[in-house]
Amino acid sequence: MTVAFNRDRLIHIFKRLAIHSILLIGALFSLFPFVWMVLTSLKSYIEASAAESFFPSRWLFSNYVQAWNQVGLFPRYFENTLFMAVTTTLGVLITSSLAGYAFARMRFPGRDTLFIILLSTMMVPFEVTLIPNFILMRDLHWIDRYEALIIPWTASAFSIFLLRQFFKAIPSELYDAAVLDGCTHLQFLWSIVLPLSKPALITSALFTFLGSWNSLMWPLLVTNNPVMRPLQIGITSFITDAGTEVQYLLAAVTISVIPVILIYFFLQRWFIEGVARVGIRG
Amino acid sequence: MENLIRLPKTGSPETIRNMGPLARREFRNGLLFISPWIIGFLVFTLFPMLATLVFSFMNLRLTDNPLDPSKFVGLHNYAALLKDAQVWNIRPDSTPGSLWVTIRYGLIAIPVGILLPMGIALLVNNPALKGQNFFRSMFYMPYIVPFVASIFLWAGVLNPEFGWVNMTLLALGVPRSDLPGWINDINWVYPAYVLLGIWGIGNAMLTMLAGMQAVPTDLYDAAKVDGAGSFARFAYVTFPMISPVVFYNLILSVVALFQYFLVPLALNTGNAAGFPGGATMFYNLYLYRTFFVFQNMSYGSTLAWALFIIILIVTVALFATARYWVYYAGERQ
Repeated sequence: MTVAFNRDRLIHIFKRLAIHSILLIGALFSLFPFVWMVLTSLKSYIEASAAESFFPSRWLFSNYVQAWNQVGLFPRYFENTLFMAVTTTLGVLITSSLAGYAFARMRFPGRDTLFIILLSTMMVPFEVTLIPNFILMRDLHWIDRYEALIIPWTASAFSIFLLRQFFKAIPSELYDAAVLDGCTHLQFLWSIVLPLSKPALITSALFTFLGSWNSLMWPLLVTNNPVMRPLQIGITSFITDAGTEVQYLLAAVTISVIPVILIYFFLQRWFIEGVARVGIRG
Repeated sequence: MENLIRLPKTGSPETIRNMGPLARREFRNGLLFISPWIIGFLVFTLFPMLATLVFSFMNLRLTDNPLDPSKFVGLHNYAALLKDAQVWNIRPDSTPGSLWVTIRYGLIAIPVGILLPMGIALLVNNPALKGQNFFRSMFYMPYIVPFVASIFLWAGVLNPEFGWVNMTLLALGVPRSDLPGWINDINWVYPAYVLLGIWGIGNAMLTMLAGMQAVPTDLYDAAKVDGAGSFARFAYVTFPMISPVVFYNLILSVVALFQYFLVPLALNTGNAAGFPGGATMFYNLYLYRTFFVFQNMSYGSTLAWALFIIILIVTVALFATARYWVYYAGERQ
């Protein structure tokens, strides 16, 4: 009896050890490129371009000051991206809350046809609309203007879908009670639905913010003037034919990643719940 | 989705005419609420899609006036597409066609991109694990890293001469001459790309984990009573219960596969396109180059519509398989 008990215990301990070590290796794999990036961004040029030691022999925090100032427009790139990402996110939150609410709670003819159209637009590849959209921007004289960077992205099918799924789960008794109290749709949405949908709003906001912060192709097409370019394009200006200063490049890359990581860690509690609930309903 | 079925056929002029004042107001409000999306859809999706379709029947350079009726060439571009070796070629020992490159890569990348997050989610979901939140965050984090940043990171880490992956292999005793050339080496370029993709599996992992956590525990208890081992519990309980999430991730990865091009585009700056040996000339990269390198707006539009149709066919085919392996709880009562 005791032998069997001990064997079970041993198997259990071994299993726990195996799970923890596999996942730790995986977590290291996730983390390693970040560590490498930060360490290399703190090295001198000579150390950064060879791989003799993992850690810098002198920690050059001044690389970050250099990276910020070296390409004269770097602070401007940062501002452009921040403005673009924040404005797009606010726009998406407003349009998606309204549309998500209409699809979830209001009853009107054509609603379900429109919803199917909305779902199918998520299948349309970017490339099918790319050139005409570019021509449209050109003809509206929006090239090198914030309008081109923001307005085409302020209605998002994905966010509408996500919010609609959440709004549908809110009990309709709440709405019936609110109507008896003389509540309009807009009042009900603002004072009941939105406060109850924090995870969905945060998830939608974070995805939009990330998408905008990380966007590359579209800004590349609709901006020519360096003053209007966002961070992701700005980073590439550290790569020159004369030779890339890896340490400044990686310092710039680190600067571009830090805000995203910070936001993620502050919001992850709601965000993970939001992603999880959308994923379950698929 | 239940409303999609229950509501009568709606939207016909008669239904709208026969509405009472309340319903009419609801209709007006509803349209008002979704109008930002409708305008966005018409202006930035539907109209451009149709314009691209029209361009595909013309012969336009990127700089031409798209309204010139003398540029119509009928189905010429589609005939050219059907004969285009740069799309279709599958003969070995010659430059592979871009569609074949895409499918070949997908045959490696998609199974890895589904099974690996599933495996990690299973481990993270194991009750014996301490620090579940820590691991969940760690695996998710790379997913949010900007694309440009991840390219620079991996180009550095996988650099054949001084990247840390090869330095580690060297330290483990792999002779210098046998070190993989990663993105420069025709035999290692797909593993390198897959590695880069694995780094971003956090979203798939998180959704599958959430699916596993939603499985009612009494199902497992019942299976245990019936004498099911851990494999049987996975095959007959866990997998069927998370199959909708797996299906959702499968659709997402197939759509992403056919649109894959930024990674090879960014990693090969300075090299010949499709380096090494055309192995990375993905369909969408070919499409991108047709537009912006060869400035052929019409053939690019043809490729774009073909891409859309390919994605539609594959998605419909996947949906057709769904009823054999995707289990929606509550559907078969």
